Amino acid sequence: MSDNAPKVASVADLFAVAYRIEADAVERYDLLADQMETHNNPELVAVFRDLSRAEGIHRDEIRRMAGGIDVVALAPAVANWSRGDSPEEADLAEAHYLMTPWHALKLALAGEERALAFFTSIVETTKDPIIKKMAEQFVEEEAEHVNLVHRLLRKHPRPAASWSSDQDPPIPQE
Amino acid sequence: MADRQSVAVAIVGSGGAGALTAGNFLLEAASAAGWQGLLSRTVGPQIRGGEAAALVRLATHPVECLPDRFDLLIGIDWLNAHRFGAEIEVGPHSLVISDPRGGEPPAGVAAAGARVVELPMKEMAKAIPDGRANMIALGVAARLLGCGVDVLSALLEKRLADKGPAAIDASRASIKAGFDAAAGFNFGLCLAAPKPSGTRRWLISGNEAAALGAVRGGVRFAAAYPITPATEILEWLAPNLPKVGGVLLQAEDELAAINMIIGASFGGTPALTATSGPGLSLMIEALGLATAAETPVVVIDVMRGGPSTGIPTKSEQADLNIAVYGCHGDAPHLVLAPQSIGDCLFTTQWATYLAEALQSPAIVLSDQFIGQARAAIDRPVDVAFIGQRFKATDIVGSYERYAIAVNGISPMAIPGTRGGQYTADGLTHTERGIPTSGECDHKAQLDKRRDKLARFNFGDHWATSEGAGDLAVITWGSLTGPTREAIARAACEGVEASLISLRLLSPTQPERFAAALDGKKRILIVEQSHSAQFHRYLRAHYDLPGAVRVLNRAGPLPIRTGEIHRAIMQWR
Amino acid sequence: MSTAEMRLACKPADYTSDIKPIWCPGCGDYHVLMSFTRAFAQLALPTENIVVVSGIGCSSRMPAYMNCYGFHGVHGRSLALAAGLKVSRPELTVVVASGDGDGYSIGGNHFLHACRRNIDMTYVVMDNHIYGMTKGQPSPTTEPEFDTALSPGGTGLRPFHPLVIALASGANFIARCFSGEPNGTASVLVEAIQHPGFSFVEILSPCVTFRPDEKKWKNLVHPAPVAPTNDAAKAARRIMTDDGFNIGILYRGDRKPYQPPNGSLSCELSELEKDFEL
Repeated sequence: MSDNAPKVASVADLFAVAYRIEADAVERYDLLADQMETHNNPELVAVFRDLSRAEGIHRDEIRRMAGGIDVVALAPAVANWSRGDSPEEADLAEAHYLMTPWHALKLALAGEERALAFFTSIVETTKDPIIKKMAEQFVEEEAEHVNLVHRLLRKHPRPAASWSSDQDPPIPQE
Repeated sequence: MADRQSVAVAIVGSGGAGALTAGNFLLEAASAAGWQGLLSRTVGPQIRGGEAAALVRLATHPVECLPDRFDLLIGIDWLNAHRFGAEIEVGPHSLVISDPRGGEPPAGVAAAGARVVELPMKEMAKAIPDGRANMIALGVAARLLGCGVDVLSALLEKRLADKGPAAIDASRASIKAGFDAAAGFNFGLCLAAPKPSGTRRWLISGNEAAALGAVRGGVRFAAAYPITPATEILEWLAPNLPKVGGVLLQAEDELAAINMIIGASFGGTPALTATSGPGLSLMIEALGLATAAETPVVVIDVMRGGPSTGIPTKSEQADLNIAVYGCHGDAPHLVLAPQSIGDCLFTTQWATYLAEALQSPAIVLSDQFIGQARAAIDRPVDVAFIGQRFKATDIVGSYERYAIAVNGISPMAIPGTRGGQYTADGLTHTERGIPTSGECDHKAQLDKRRDKLARFNFGDHWATSEGAGDLAVITWGSLTGPTREAIARAACEGVEASLISLRLLSPTQPERFAAALDGKKRILIVEQSHSAQFHRYLRAHYDLPGAVRVLNRAGPLPIRTGEIHRAIMQWR
Repeated sequence: MSTAEMRLACKPADYTSDIKPIWCPGCGDYHVLMSFTRAFAQLALPTENIVVVSGIGCSSRMPAYMNCYGFHGVHGRSLALAAGLKVSRPELTVVVASGDGDGYSIGGNHFLHACRRNIDMTYVVMDNHIYGMTKGQPSPTTEPEFDTALSPGGTGLRPFHPLVIALASGANFIARCFSGEPNGTASVLVEAIQHPGFSFVEILSPCVTFRPDEKKWKNLVHPAPVAPTNDAAKAARRIMTDDGFNIGILYRGDRKPYQPPNGSLSCELSELEKDFEL
């Protein structure tokens, strides 16, 4: 990740990147909710919309914390991952039309853990004390999110091995 | 002996003799002198050196077909000429000029009782430095028909300019030799003096006329994949389209050609391709796409003998079925057919106009005979049929490409138009263009595409309808000419018949057709199709009153005036 | 607006339509769609000046999901349709979306000639080594031992090498991408669109329904070990010897893009009639 992650050279950069991470997560969960809606999995529509809403709150919080820094305008310029997704974007390849809440939360957990690792690496590598302090705050935030997802996971047991079994065959459409 | 109003000449030769060149020169010179004329040709299967015959008809009145018989047959040589068989018929009053060293004239000549005169054209040519036997034959023909040498001479300057003065002199000398050799001939083949028409005149082939008609109609993009006998359309367009700001793209196959023109049309440019039966077969899938996506295109099918590879160099009228019914599903679209060489221009121009107005593909069914024949015609008048597509501009709010409208025609957004973004689709779609499998949308769009054609006012051009009497002779395409002549001949003998030639084959015009048949008790259908496709088409879509007879046959011999005349006379 | 401001003002969402894709969740094409919209946003192209042309197949559903002009044509003919469009409207940005069936099987002939013609457009093939839309038949890039209903036990046929074919046929820009790296793919698409002539981008895009084994692709892909070359012979050797998972721009050629004969010699229609006058 390190070779394609954005460079954080200032506090403004840090906020922009943090903002981008949450904003991308909102869009990604919305996309997954849409997919589940098209594919008739209402339980997962609700799960992904909830996750999207939660990320939206984080996103708006970061905007508030950023104060005078216009993170919305800054993000497109400085917050770019040159390959792959940004840390909290759930892996689209892991989606499945029969996925269960457990699967969705596992994806969310992986996202939060990636974000945590990202901010941790900034803490460990930055030479700027102000950036370091701010990054440490984000580390705490992400750690809380990780814990939250763990708690949600306890409510959803791992599904049976037959979770993806569909008796109907695929339908050729053209 | 009185001068003739019409004379037909066939010049036959093989192995590079240049029979076709001689025939073309004769037509061009006679046309320049003011006569009307038409030239067709018949050839063997070889690419070079094969047996060939130029078939020329010259007259003081417009001609649209070849005659039943040739008055003058000049054989530079007779090698393999028997292959032409009944295509070059002569009669007891015909004159045959034969080179004694050129083999025996075909058996039909003697059987017909034609007069044969020997003339050693090849030997005469040898006596002239770089002399040509075909130019001698040309001189003979010119003298017999009463066409002056000076007209021919002027033509030589024009046509052989790139071959140099020596070649021009040699040809001139050869023509003079032939002209002089025929001085004593008195066979009554002289043409009456030409009637000056006062209008500007052209010498043009049907294929060239079709290409020009397309450009007049607004075509500015063409995709080209060559096929006999349509290639000349594309060859004319290749240098000429760029002159008016258009583009021709050579395609790798007909599948590419049809899709290229759909792409260009989608981009807003009226587009065309030309092909023959085998190519049209390949294009059928994409024609269905153009119909479903409502993207206008024009496809000229210069029909040839079929099925499959068939007879590429001969005419037939057996692509009607595939043109009208070829698409899978219900995909109504425009099908038109020019009636003569000159009409190739009008019909293709009109087809372009209609395609653009109705956002539909248009297939123009020309055929090898009118496509490749050349004729002297009056310059066609400019007609106000220029493609005008109903475009969506200044779009506000949600754009519905396939919105249901009273006349079935919805405005089309051209790429580059803000707010008009849509995805054209072959999938059944909603008014917005989104794929659907719902029955309401499917029916609504099928109704729309049917209704836009059915509700359009095509005006009087849908058919040619002339004459009187209770017998209607119904035909289409290149058989319009011989049918018209046959009716005129019958009229001279006191027998009335009317001609109905359909220019618009699809969509059908039930009211107009019924009006044209009002009072008719007998129908004679004339068509060049083994299975009588036209007859079956008329029966499927129209009420045919009274008694119906069909004169039909496959190619390669075109149905002639005499045959149609006989059919009319025998039915009284 | 300055160019920089324009670029920042364009968002991928501007290029996304409101139509929800029918692709299976987990399909690589969702990422490819993202790559397209990100690339268009980066280039700040007006939405109405882009046309996405496609044929038939899952990947060919792409145009409807974008807020640009599109043409969803018939199977295998998208390159021909795009050629006619681009040559007659050269100012438009034309992108062609295809799959390994639509593009390499039925569309194979047009692929050769499109590379050869070198008309300025970008050809994106989402290769999942299977025919997805019709329920899982082998495609020209399917491994010889892969078992399917139409080819029990596998086809036994060596798979196509589309990048080599593109190079041999004259494509002016050749790249391989992986759907799972949408930003990297977007960057490549930006370059492909900007590069004059025929740009060919093959995107490995796993099929979650018929090729669940392709999940392992994300561990197999790796950046190409060397910078792209403009030497066709070098590129040929590299492409022929790579493991099929080299990601990045592999060839950038110098061929001039196709130019139709100069159509600016405008003359009156009546000029064209002179040939026929007697």
